[in-house]
Amino acid sequence: MSDYLNNINNQIIDILKEIGNIGAGNAATALAKMINKKINMHVPKVNVLEFNDVPYLLGGPEVLVTGVYFKIEGDIDGSILFLLDKDSSKTLIKLLIEGYDGDIFDEFALSAIKEVGNILTGSYISSLCSLTGLNLKISIPSLAIDMAGAILSVPAIHFGQVSDKILIIETQFIQDKYNVRGFFFLIPDYDSYGTLLNSLGVSEYE
Amino acid sequence: MSNIVKVGMAEYKAVLYPGILITLGLGSCVGICLYDPISKVSGMAHIMLPSSKLIKNNSNPGKFADTAIRNLLEEMIILGADRKRIISKIAGGAQMFNFMSNDLMRIGERNTEAVKDELNKLKIPIVAEEIGGNYGRTIEFYSENGILKIKTIGHGTIEI
Repeated sequence: MSDYLNNINNQIIDILKEIGNIGAGNAATALAKMINKKINMHVPKVNVLEFNDVPYLLGGPEVLVTGVYFKIEGDIDGSILFLLDKDSSKTLIKLLIEGYDGDIFDEFALSAIKEVGNILTGSYISSLCSLTGLNLKISIPSLAIDMAGAILSVPAIHFGQVSDKILIIETQFIQDKYNVRGFFFLIPDYDSYGTLLNSLGVSEYE
Repeated sequence: MSNIVKVGMAEYKAVLYPGILITLGLGSCVGICLYDPISKVSGMAHIMLPSSKLIKNNSNPGKFADTAIRNLLEEMIILGADRKRIISKIAGGAQMFNFMSNDLMRIGERNTEAVKDELNKLKIPIVAEEIGGNYGRTIEFYSENGILKIKTIGHGTIEI
């Protein structure tokens, strides 16, 4: 386990993609119910990138992004970060609150983003649980709106203990002409990597 | 402006006058700027974790407070800085998300402590700092005068 993400193989990527797919499927259903409209989604992309390349997925280290952060507790400990770029944040609020024309980052809009983050992350974690048999709970969300680089320093530091890379799961929801692009960062604590990988059927990390 | 040098996460770089060192979107990491006011040799490190001694995956010296500052100092001396004249300015160490009582969530604070310890050990004075809070920072360090400019979203721009 010297460098988990350097050694990460296609099998693990496929498993995480599948979990992402099921999770995003559940999330799309939940979102569709909430707004009473049909939601489509793309198959999630799973990437392993160098720290310094990650902010460019969102437009650069200084670009404003929205992050919703949860702690994970249970059979594995860790955290999960859900990230949206500014345009996707705006789109999401328009989808949720028809005709809303307030500041996209006022209290009302922010609590809507927090709630969607909660639903999406909850769906993702529950598919992880049902696929692996792990028992996991997520905390209440914590929200930050700031430079992409600064928010991404949080997962980078956690991954930094085991690797120089970050694992990213990208999901896209489509509703008519609207397109919401969100990123998940699943961040196990150092001591939980073994449990997670074993539960995914990867025995070489025992 | 071709004399701008970007310092990414877990990197450290030293430049001669008229170089400008910048780090974009510093969060819980800490940016350490070292400066020799006479030769104007300047350095910047962008560390992510407090210590290389607590972690197995420690082959990248730029990632840790202890190894990054020492390596940066050596590079600056090679470029002509005088060890005795070097001063420092530090920024960053924010807590981006608000959770109580989780050790890893306090990482910004722990990084800051580790940086201060290391600078103390090396007897490098910290002449200015802009540390903590819950917001990101872009920092620019000018070899011309040793000024550190800090830009934020919603918390203004300052020079220290």
